[in-house]
Amino acid sequence: MPHRWGMAVDLDRCTGCGACVTACHAENNIPTVGPDQAARGRAMHWIRVERYWEGEFPDAHLKFRPVMCQQCDAAPCEPVCPTYASHHTEEGLNAQVYNRCIGTRYCANACPYNVRFFDFFNPQWPKPLHLQLNPDVSVREVGVMEKCTFCVQRINAVEIDAKAAKRELEDGDVKPACVQSCSAKALVFGDLNDPESVVSRLSRSPRGAKLLDDLGTLPKVTYLSKQTQA
Amino acid sequence: MNQALAQRLSDDLLRPMLHTSWRFYALVACLGAIVAMGIGTWFYQMYMGFGMTGINMPIYWAFYITNFVFWIGISHAGTLISAILRLVNAGWRRPVTRCAEVITVFALMIGAMFPIIHLGRPWLFFWLMPYPSNRMIWPNFRSPLVWDFFAISTYLTGSVLFLLLPMIPDFALVRDKTTGWRRRIYGKLALGWQGTTKQWHRLESAMQIMAIAIIPVAVSVHTIVSFDFSMAPVPMWHSTMFGPYFVAGAIFSGIAALIIAMAALRKFLHMEEYLHPIHFQNLGKLLLMMCLLWAYFIFAERLTTWYGNEQSEMEVFRVTQRGSFAPLYWTMIVCNFVVPFVLLSLKKLRTVAGCVTASFSVLVGMWLERFLIVVPSLSHKYLPYTWGHYRPRPVEIMITVSTFAAMTLLYTLFAKLVPIISVWELKVGEHPFPQESPADVRQHPLWKAHP
Repeated sequence: MPHRWGMAVDLDRCTGCGACVTACHAENNIPTVGPDQAARGRAMHWIRVERYWEGEFPDAHLKFRPVMCQQCDAAPCEPVCPTYASHHTEEGLNAQVYNRCIGTRYCANACPYNVRFFDFFNPQWPKPLHLQLNPDVSVREVGVMEKCTFCVQRINAVEIDAKAAKRELEDGDVKPACVQSCSAKALVFGDLNDPESVVSRLSRSPRGAKLLDDLGTLPKVTYLSKQTQA
Repeated sequence: MNQALAQRLSDDLLRPMLHTSWRFYALVACLGAIVAMGIGTWFYQMYMGFGMTGINMPIYWAFYITNFVFWIGISHAGTLISAILRLVNAGWRRPVTRCAEVITVFALMIGAMFPIIHLGRPWLFFWLMPYPSNRMIWPNFRSPLVWDFFAISTYLTGSVLFLLLPMIPDFALVRDKTTGWRRRIYGKLALGWQGTTKQWHRLESAMQIMAIAIIPVAVSVHTIVSFDFSMAPVPMWHSTMFGPYFVAGAIFSGIAALIIAMAALRKFLHMEEYLHPIHFQNLGKLLLMMCLLWAYFIFAERLTTWYGNEQSEMEVFRVTQRGSFAPLYWTMIVCNFVVPFVLLSLKKLRTVAGCVTASFSVLVGMWLERFLIVVPSLSHKYLPYTWGHYRPRPVEIMITVSTFAAMTLLYTLFAKLVPIISVWELKVGEHPFPQESPADVRQHPLWKAHP
């Protein structure tokens, strides 16, 4: 039975520290664009921590919501891509094939979550960060779209290792960079086809909800609603 | 028909081809310089990176797609209008058809450039085409952009044929009236036209077939362009009325472009005898009808959105009606409805000047309409955290300006190389039984225009 990778985000646990964003940048060779380009809306964060304020000062409350690609089962980004750069893998991931992408940016418009990013320039890293690129992840050139892959390079590496060792994957074997770096354990990753995995149990929680559920995109990321005021 | 009149028609209508003033060269040089700057700007954009534009997250489509929809819309001027007028056999169409059809061809060529200009990697645009390649994959036929490719290439092929067919007898006329290189080139273009009954019969049936075939193609083209938007789950894009709404807007802006082109021909090529005020009157009435249709569509769209009160759509609604896009929105309403409605519904104001003013206003309004469809929706999608704003950068403005210059340049060159008013159709228009010809033609017979 193929895996069906999914994630659960416990909003009660998220402290908004941003470690997931940093880890994602380091793992996936995401360029930093600098303050000028960021001010023009060119910042690329495959995962971002959205902040929403509730109430008026001084009785204001801050809510965090980490948002990454929701890896939808009915993904609006996929049918619109003219070159199959955006497509569905057998494990249910929304893959982005950079070499096929010609940069129509249609997928990004169709995505209701705005989690797809465009390379406006060839990527650059301030020294010495250019020496720490991850060799497992391709660097994207100007003019293509990129997005969260659920760290597909880690998934593949673990699957290959397991196959070589002739063993089954266990829950918790695969950890995307954001999950690994989340000190509050707000992010949980695993196989939704395994009913006993932590992520499956959390996804069935009555606190669970999908982001923009009414659009019918069938996301594989479940948000566990915030129950406490902080 | 009168032999002297036929001679006069040929002389008058071929004159722009055979006599060239320095003003023509000056105009071509000027327009050519602007077009060259536009092309240079595009290469600069490719060299420096797409970030030279004002596009950002989340407004991934803006000026270029606006221009794409606008120019494809303009292309509905010709073929559709001239095909309809041919099919209903409106006698007054005769001097109008060719200058309309050629707008279609050039506007389509310009419009079809924009999906390429707007690509992140434009040098790979041919991956949209289905061809057997070492990549071993077809384009994704579910993508509206691939539908676009087929729709536009079909329409371009069809309208080039529709333009060329009735040009054959005129090429033969030029061949017979000229000497030297013109005779050789136009002789080739005339494809051996001798004006035999058989040839006329075939030409007429071919044009009849093309006129019928091109109408559904034209309607489908702008419907598919609208599908680029309505197929995506984006607030205010995901709408069932976008197809007819876009087609109506396209014909609306197309007629406006045609009126402006006709006025320019009339003034600069001294075609006053051939492009009568009655033509402007009639096209003005058509423009007024499309103005009302457009107003009906936008009213229906806005009212249902407001009444439906869907949260994400209301944000886009608010930002266009009252928010940061409101100045553009209300300019659009004035340009697309108030100005043309006033100018065209009062008979006194529906003069050549009135029609041209209304047409310029409509072009501005329709460009804004396309912009206001593309940008506000993208800037206000579902998650407020990702809302953005857009400002065009010089690269986009330069390329946009240069396309208007390109249109004028192509039109100028065409009017120099081909009789812009169909000579043989005008001659045929001199009805052998005047009492059976349409009233408009009876009121303004050609021989009366020649004092």
